[in-house]
Parts: sequence; structure tokens; C-alpha cells
Amino acid sequence: MIDSLWLVIAFPLAGAALLVFFGKRIGEPASGWIASAAIIASFVFAVPLVIPFVSGTAHPETVLVYRWIPVIGANVSLLWDPLSALMVMVVTGVGSLIHLYSIGYMHGDERYGRFFAYLNLFAASMLILVLADNFALMFVGWELVGLSSYLLISFWFTKPSAAAAGKKAFVVNRIGDWGFLVAVMLIFAAFGTVDFGVVFAEAPVVLTTAMATAITLLLFVGAAGKSAQIPLYVWLPDAMEGPTPVSALIHAATMVTAGVYMIARTAALFELAPASSGVVATVGALTALLAATIAIGQRDIKRVLAYSTISQLGYMVLAVGVTAYTAGMFHLMTHAFFKALLFLGAGSVIHAMANEQNMDKMGGLRRAMPWTFGTMVVAWLAISGVFPFSGFWSKDEILASTFAQGGFYYLLFAIGLLTAVLTAFYMTRLMVLTFWGAPRWDDGVQPSESPGIMVVPLVVLAVLSAVGGFINTPWRLGLESFLEPSFEAVTQAHPSSDLTAWVLVFGSVTIAIIGIAWGWARYRRDELPAETGGYWDAALAGYHVDDAYGRLIVAPGLAVASWSARIFDLRVVDGLVNGLGIAVRSFATSLRPVQSGYVRSYGLGIAFGALGLIVYLLIAGGAF
Amino acid sequence: MTVTVAWYMTLAAGLFSMGAAGVLLRRNALVMFMSVELMLNSVNLTFVAAARELGLVEGQVAALFVMVVAAAEVTIGLAILVAVFRRRATANVDELSALKG
Repeated sequence: MIDSLWLVIAFPLAGAALLVFFGKRIGEPASGWIASAAIIASFVFAVPLVIPFVSGTAHPETVLVYRWIPVIGANVSLLWDPLSALMVMVVTGVGSLIHLYSIGYMHGDERYGRFFAYLNLFAASMLILVLADNFALMFVGWELVGLSSYLLISFWFTKPSAAAAGKKAFVVNRIGDWGFLVAVMLIFAAFGTVDFGVVFAEAPVVLTTAMATAITLLLFVGAAGKSAQIPLYVWLPDAMEGPTPVSALIHAATMVTAGVYMIARTAALFELAPASSGVVATVGALTALLAATIAIGQRDIKRVLAYSTISQLGYMVLAVGVTAYTAGMFHLMTHAFFKALLFLGAGSVIHAMANEQNMDKMGGLRRAMPWTFGTMVVAWLAISGVFPFSGFWSKDEILASTFAQGGFYYLLFAIGLLTAVLTAFYMTRLMVLTFWGAPRWDDGVQPSESPGIMVVPLVVLAVLSAVGGFINTPWRLGLESFLEPSFEAVTQAHPSSDLTAWVLVFGSVTIAIIGIAWGWARYRRDELPAETGGYWDAALAGYHVDDAYGRLIVAPGLAVASWSARIFDLRVVDGLVNGLGIAVRSFATSLRPVQSGYVRSYGLGIAFGALGLIVYLLIAGGAF
Repeated sequence: MTVTVAWYMTLAAGLFSMGAAGVLLRRNALVMFMSVELMLNSVNLTFVAAARELGLVEGQVAALFVMVVAAAEVTIGLAILVAVFRRRATANVDELSALKG
């Protein structure tokens, strides 16, 4: 059974291939069902393989599918351990629900079949990424998810903003990919192989601290690109130009967690470079805070969620930075549940509001859309960290683990706590503006509940968001022991289990309630506060980071490119090539008279040549 | 005064130079042919003289070979020359430069 693990990847890949070529002919809704069947098949196939890990009877295994470049340890071989199993469960599980939801959401789209082809392609790419047992294959998956992300963000490419957003995501991700690629090259230079098993086992012997720090920092550059951390987070808010299920699947639940997964996977290297881990934790905490403060000022429902995603990814990165890998993976999983739910709920709202995304024009939707409202409430409480919803457990574990590190980490803990208040606040703002108060709808908009195929995934995700946290509570460390085989070689940070833990738990619940109460008091009134000027304008514009990048990086880049194209290429490169041609031709012209066509002049040449030879031979022979 | 081999060599060198000068300076293909024959025979003279001086037979044999080859060459060369003359009504090699690059 484990030998056919490649089928997990093959199902969605086959679905993608089928739909790329025949998607148009298969049409709607059959192509949606085919794609969903493919990803559900992967999920169903993987579940029995996960169970042995839950019962603790299985060991991590690698499955060789195809010998690619064996000499450098780069094979198409899959690593099946609890960590990759968890990721496969999240990708195929949440992915299945989002595929089903898309059947309803994409209804009536011109390129319906193509959309599902891309969705399946993404699922297959992500599964390659998480199942790879070496850096080379992981990089293949890494690039493929980047590609499918690009294709899906710019799915509605006739909109210039969507096309630009896709391009931006691709380019920004390339910067991260560069870091990852250089890190892999350094690893190869140090170990002579890119195989995970060998690299992680030999790392303590082979790597100096400096080398380990260099490798891990470069890996983190890659992670920062994919997981939208400072300074490479700017692509994610724009990625909201894609269809909402895409935002849910790729830009909330799965692809953006690739960086977190990669750091967790390479924990053995980060263990040798404590400085890198400190950088990772700091960047994570700062990203969490920065994105949360921007999220407060956004008016577009999806952009609030986008910045919220960046902020939550910051938490995960903070977790893996303080070496609390289980906590990071735990939050990755619960976040996949509640953030996918929030995005799908937002999609449901947008669908009902005739593609209106501005929260200023919503309000009072809770009666019109009871199911969407009810499920979103669960997600709201989960992300805010209210007991006993899933986000509470995972966020609390991250904060407690950070606290337990002491020293400098108290500061990061404080940042995390502040972010938690802001998270509860902006989510309350989003919920109240959308679902409570008087309707501020445009004329002619008559919202009603979305069709069943969209509601069912919402309900399933709501259940998971509500109870998903119980797999790892301080009293029953289910996920901890599940993931143990993947992290047995590394030392993990643990939250303390004494009285401090209880203080922290009550502290973080209080924090969540303060945030919610603050948001409730501010927005649950007839006269909504005017949010203009100073902070609000800056936050709405994302602190003008895009403008700054445009001036500091894009503009000089364009200037250099334009100089290269207009001056350097035209004058220097073309000049060299043309000059060489002219030189050859004029030299040849000067030689042409030699070819007179008169036999006697050739004969003269021969005679002088012969004479020269004779003289040479005589001299060489010592005659003179 | 003894006639040594050096006399023969000097004579051959003179004949060869005259032949070479003829080939290079004359325009008429027929005269050029005759000059080539002069060069070939001056070489024959050196062969024979050297063979006699050294008491070897190979030089004599080489001279016979040269004669045979020269005869064959003249046959073909004159045939070409006649054919060209019929077509172009000239034996001036400067006017036969159609193959000039």
C-alpha cells in the first residue's frame, strides 16, 4: 500500500492533465466533479496510511518512485513520516472541501474546466513539495506551486489588476526561490548530496556554525517568500485578485504554509544555527504585528483576511523560530481550517452581494445568510483565540512556548500578545461590519444564502475549526506524540506546564475577549466611526510599502533595464557585433586583389614559396 | 679542365631558372608548356648527373619516369590547349581567367 504512495500525487495530476485538454468539452459541472473526485481520491487513499502513525505502530518510510539523479541523492522518492502525513491530510482534506465549494462558486465562468485543471495542478504540486525526501524534488514542488499560484491569481487575466497581481506574486516569489536555491547549492557543496536523511544525519558533523547559519538564513529567505514574511509579504494582499476559493486554498490554507513546513522539515539544520532561529522568530513576530495593524485599516473583506493570513503566518514562523515546531505545525493546521472557512465564507458573502467586496456596502447580512453567518462566527471565535475553539489551543501553545524561552523572547511574547488583541479586534470589525447593523447594500442587491454545494464545505470546516484544537491540548498532547518521529532528533521548545501555563491561558483568553469587546463597542452602533486621516489612510495603503518598493527597487531596476536596452544593447553590444563584421569585411576587401585570376601570379607565389623553403632548408641543414 | 658534376648542376640550375621565368613571364600557353618541359628536363639532367656521380641507378630510373610523366602531361595539356583555342580563338592565359574568385 505504501509503495503506491505516488498515487496521492498522481490522482490530481491526472485530473489536471485531463481537464487541461478536455476541460472545455467536459464542461460544467462535470469537470468540477472530476477534479474534486481526483483530490478526494488522494485523501481517501492517504487516510489508511496515516492511521499507523496515530496508533504509533509505524516508522517513517521513503518510497522510491523513479531514479532521477541518484548520484547527488536527488530521486523522485517520497518521504512518508508524520510531518508529511499531516501536510498531506491538510492539503487533500481542506483541498477537497475547497474543490467542492468551487463547483458552486465558479458557476457560469467561461473557463470553468481550466480553473479546475489549475486547482488540481496546484494540489499535485503541493503534494510533491510536502512528500519530497530531498531538496531537489522539494524545489520542483516549490516552483510548481509558485507556477500554479501565478496561474490562479491571474485566472481572470482580462482584468489588468489580476494580471499585474499574478506577475507580482511570481516575481516576489522568485526572490525567495533564489534564497532557497542558493541554500540547496550550499548544502550540496557541503554534503555532496541533497537527500534529507543523509543531510540531517550528518549535519552536526559536517557543518560549522557559520555554514549552518548561512544555509538556514538562505532557506529562510525562501520561506519568507512563500510564507509572505517581511520584507516579501507584499504579493499576498494583491493575490486576492484571484477567485476566492483560490485565496482560501492557496493563499491561506496550503501554499503559504510551505515556508513554515520547510523550516520544520529542516529543523535539524536550524538546530545548529541558533542565530538563524532567532532571526526567524523575530521576523515572524514583527510580521504578525505589522500585518495585524494593516488589517485593521482595510475596507475590502478579502484584503482584511489577506493581511490576517500574513499575521497568522507570522505566528507560525515565530513558533518554528523558537523551535516549537509542533506548535507551528499545530497552528498551521488549525489556521488552515479557520482561515479556509473565513475565505470561503467571505466568498459566499461576495457571491451573494454580486461581487461587492467593500465592507462599507455590506452590513446586516446575518439574517439573509444564516449558514454563512453561523459558520463564520465559529471561524471568528477560532482565530480570535476564544476557548475552546481551535485557534485558542494553537496560538496559546505558540505564545507559551515563546514565553518559556525567556530573555529576549519576552519581547516577542509581548508582540505576540499585542497581535492577539489586534487580531480579535479586526476580526470583530470584519464580522460586525458584514453581518450586523443596518444593510448598506447597493441598490438592486438582494443577498441570499449560497447553494448547498458551497454551504456543506463551510459546515465541515466550521466543525473542524471548533473542535480541531483538541488534538493537542496541554493535557493530551496528541499532535505532539504524533509528530514525535519527525522531530525526535531535534530539541523542541515546550510550554511550561506549571502555574505559569495557567496564567498564560487565562491571560490569552482575556486578551481575546478584550479585543472582541473593543471591536464590538466601536462598531456595533448605528453611527459607524469615520475611519479617515492619519493612521487609517496609512493602514489602508499598507503603510505605502508598495510605493516604497516601487521607488527604491522597481524604479532603479527599470532604469537599469531601460539603459541596458536603449544604450548598452544598441550601442555597445550591437556596436561590437557590427564592428566585428565591418572589420572582417574590410580586411577581406584589402586581400581581394591577391586573387587576380592570373595563373602566372599564382605561379610566382609558388616559386617564391619554393625558394623560401629551399633557403630555409639550407639554413636549417647548416649549409650557410 | 675536368668537367665535374658541378658543371652539370650549374647548367641544370640555369635551364630550370629559364624555364621558371618562362612559365611566370610569358602569356602564351604553348610557350608556357615549352618552359615547363625545359624545367622538367633540367631536373632530369640533375638526376642523371647525380646518378652517374654517385654510381647509383635510381637517378636514371627517375629520369625515365619524369619523361613518361612529361609525355602524358604534354598529351593532355596540348589537347586541352587545342580545345580551348578552338572555342576562344586565343592561347593567352590572361584571357582564360573565368575561374577567378
